[in-house]
Amino acid sequence: MSYLTGEHMTGGYGGADILHDCTIAVDKGEIAVVVGPNGAGKSTAMKAVFGMLNLRKGKVLIGGEDITGLTPQARVLKGMGFVPQNNNVFTSMTVEENLEMGAFIREDGIAETMREVFGLFPILEEKRRQPAGELSGGQRQQVAIGRALMTRPEVLMLDEPTAGVSPIVMDELFDRIIEIARTGIAILMVEQNAKQALNIADNGFVMVQGRNRYTDTGAALMADPEVRAAFLGG
Amino acid sequence: MTLSLRNTGLFAVMALMIVLVGVMQSWSLAFAIVNLCLISAIMALGVNIQWGYAGLLNVGVMGFAALGGLAGVLISTEPVAEAWSAGGTGIIISLIIAVITIAMATLVYTRLKGTGKMRIWATILVAFIGYFIARIFFEPAVEAIESVEPARTGFLGGFGLPIILAWIVGGVLAAGAAWVVGKISLGLRSDYLAIATLGISEIIVAILKNEDWLARGVKNVSGLPRPVPYEIDLQRSEWFQGWATSLGATPVELSSIFVKLSYASLFAVVLLIVLWLSERALNSPWGRMMRAIRDNETAANAMGKDVTARHLQVFVLGCAVIGVAGAMLTTLDGQFTPASYQPLRFTFLIWVMVIVGGSGNNWGAVLGGFLIWFFWIEAEPIGLWLMDVITAGMAEDNPLRIHLLESAAHMRLMTMGLILLLVLRFTPQGLIPERRR
Amino acid sequence: MEDILNAIVLMTNFLIVPGLAYGSQLALGALGITLVYGILRFSNFAHGETMAFGTMMTILVTWFLQAHGIGLGPLPTALIALPVGAAATVVLVLLTDKWVYCFYRRQKSPPVIFLIASIGVMFLMNGIVRFIIGPKDQVFTDGERFIITAGEFKQLSGLREGLAIKTTQGITVITAIVVVAALFWFLNKTRTGKSMRAYSDNEDLALLSGINPDRVVMVAWIFTAVLATIAGTLYGLDKSFKPFVYLQILLPLFASAIVGGLGNPLGAIAGGFVIAFSEVSFTFAYRKFLAYLVPDGWAPDGLVQLLSTDYKFAVSFVILVLVLLVKPTGIFSGKSL
Repeated sequence: MSYLTGEHMTGGYGGADILHDCTIAVDKGEIAVVVGPNGAGKSTAMKAVFGMLNLRKGKVLIGGEDITGLTPQARVLKGMGFVPQNNNVFTSMTVEENLEMGAFIREDGIAETMREVFGLFPILEEKRRQPAGELSGGQRQQVAIGRALMTRPEVLMLDEPTAGVSPIVMDELFDRIIEIARTGIAILMVEQNAKQALNIADNGFVMVQGRNRYTDTGAALMADPEVRAAFLGG
Repeated sequence: MTLSLRNTGLFAVMALMIVLVGVMQSWSLAFAIVNLCLISAIMALGVNIQWGYAGLLNVGVMGFAALGGLAGVLISTEPVAEAWSAGGTGIIISLIIAVITIAMATLVYTRLKGTGKMRIWATILVAFIGYFIARIFFEPAVEAIESVEPARTGFLGGFGLPIILAWIVGGVLAAGAAWVVGKISLGLRSDYLAIATLGISEIIVAILKNEDWLARGVKNVSGLPRPVPYEIDLQRSEWFQGWATSLGATPVELSSIFVKLSYASLFAVVLLIVLWLSERALNSPWGRMMRAIRDNETAANAMGKDVTARHLQVFVLGCAVIGVAGAMLTTLDGQFTPASYQPLRFTFLIWVMVIVGGSGNNWGAVLGGFLIWFFWIEAEPIGLWLMDVITAGMAEDNPLRIHLLESAAHMRLMTMGLILLLVLRFTPQGLIPERRR
Repeated sequence: MEDILNAIVLMTNFLIVPGLAYGSQLALGALGITLVYGILRFSNFAHGETMAFGTMMTILVTWFLQAHGIGLGPLPTALIALPVGAAATVVLVLLTDKWVYCFYRRQKSPPVIFLIASIGVMFLMNGIVRFIIGPKDQVFTDGERFIITAGEFKQLSGLREGLAIKTTQGITVITAIVVVAALFWFLNKTRTGKSMRAYSDNEDLALLSGINPDRVVMVAWIFTAVLATIAGTLYGLDKSFKPFVYLQILLPLFASAIVGGLGNPLGAIAGGFVIAFSEVSFTFAYRKFLAYLVPDGWAPDGLVQLLSTDYKFAVSFVILVLVLLVKPTGIFSGKSL
């Protein structure tokens, strides 16, 4: 049993089901990656795990506790952090304020966590007084991830963190994500760049049309000729 | 143009209430209410075209209605020859200069595209220069006109034509103003149109109050010619007296009812024409496109519909209808009193009519116009009666009692607000919901 | 030289001092509009009536205090009454939110529906105000009328032109500075204030960060009510209290908020002063001013007034139109606190 599990998830946004008996899971200190073609329901699966979608069937467990009925806000309190794909920073607020807002629900001191985030992303410390809207795409992603880390989550969920950034910045971001995982946080992410993502993944979930197609370790999926041919461009 | 049983029932109840007023209060009052109900219904139709068909928020109904009223004066009053010779040329010259200035400013603005700030300042400069030149001719002319028998005229007068013509001209005037406002504020956020229309209506009314040379300002123009006979003439005519005796009524009573009925039939004709046209438009491809745009602007835009141009069209049309109703109101009153244009009465009350009646449904707007006007008039006696009941136990000279009785008149604002909020909350589709097809 | 000084004093007396006071009143009012727009995302047509209600409550308390001989000496008694008036307005506004707007928030209704609801609220408040205090003019200013009168200034300076500063004008400007400073401190330095800015900036992300929307909305309404009461009372002290004025003032208020950029507090303040000074300077008669500056005999005959005071609303409207044409997002590119 993994630390975070969404099992047999079936549901959609009110209309027809988008997810069909979909299961994804991740353990602490591990990176799990959800890949698949466009429209496979990757982001939807992520949202389902975070409670932004009503499930008809299936449940979501964290540390063995059933959280299927909780709102996203309540899941934040349970130790989940979520980085949306778009509009994931407060553009009119400074980097420092963005991080502060990330820690909004915490009652204790946040200086320590902020130091850790700045340790992870040194550029943010340099630009702490600048509005996040003035930063480059890669830096914004760092702010977004940093904001989610401020609650000291057990699980960090990333929706296409490398969308729209250059390959160099992408590698850089992946390195940081590995670093975050090493601190014992479970990382669940959706990625378009399947190859690179599976390379750093402990586990991979290949989704097609809202269903699990292949589930294995990252390395095994990379080695599977069928997966390579169909999803990784040979 | 079909009505379901339920909707026919609603109209029947409305009719019954009016009959009740006729029986309990007086028939003259009942028909007075009917006349204003008819005008209100037309205004509500105008707003419904904008809001119900296209989702446009017009918070300046008052201004467009006042323009219609102005048309009443400009068409029907006799020209004041003395005033024209005193200052007519000056006014015309300054108007021509104003037109040239606007044309020049527009030209400068479009020609200097891409020059950034320069273009704005140049346009403003042109406008300023034109403004000052126009004023050189305008001010002495106004002074001359306003000093021509200020107690009786002091304005240019109108064309001395039948006042019915003003109904059309009023629509045209309102449409012109609407075109300008729409051109500026459509295509922006929906709130901006609301605020822009609020602004233009305040300014229109301010102009009408202060430009005495145009329509005597707050000195009012009264005694506008009527499209229907005068009571006094009826009472004097023999056939009418005979008719009254045969009906068992006094000539005074009957003449008042007869005049009101004549107005009512004229208004009813206009209402039916506007209603028929509105229904035709709503069910035409044009109407379908309008609703498509209203329900999903992005999709309509993507399908290549010019949303802003369509909105401008519908906005101008709706304002024209309001203008017509405004002119009719002045006709009914027989006078033009700029100070009587209050936003609560002319803008927001019409909104209550549309929302209560059923936005998107023309029949709903008509019913709303009738119903709300009825209650607007009857709220006062009802409120007074209510206050009487509440304060019945208090002493005659109890200050609270006196205050409550005096304030009963303000009850109707509260009532209208409450009705609007309750309908919006509990039956947002209104009494006669829009037909979904 | 003395002529130039006279001209400057004249300008200060009739243009700068009234402009500052009026600008402060508009800025405070526009801040309320912008705050509601930033947090609740609709144009609140009931704001003028909220101001009227707050002022009315303040007036009622002022009368009560005056009747009991409680006062502030040279300062208007209304200043003591203000907090009570503001508290009453907060209660009213929170009740309207609970009974009216809250429902549409849950429904996620489009802004237009909120706007129409606010028109209903406007009617209701308008009725309440007229019901309680009546539609007539009410004077509630007391204390010292002037900080400095024209006569005193002439004696002091030896100039021909006098400079009069009304107590209410001084109070208006000082109060506005204090209130604005406090508001900005709150928005930029406190956790709740920052959470309001965050909510205004990006609602979804604010929810993800665990910011409680109900709390943000509540605080926004409280501020709006307090700002409205202060703005309305200052306006009433400076001019006089007439319920219908607060409906008319809606146009300059919206113009101020839009010119500065809806949703942007800094913009609302700038917009307030832009509108106020344009209004005052367009309706100011420059004849005497010019007479001081040009050689003798060159003085103009007319009033040299750009626009009659009857059209002061047209000034705000024209500026509004210009901004909509040129930069619809306003000077400060609106929408975020």
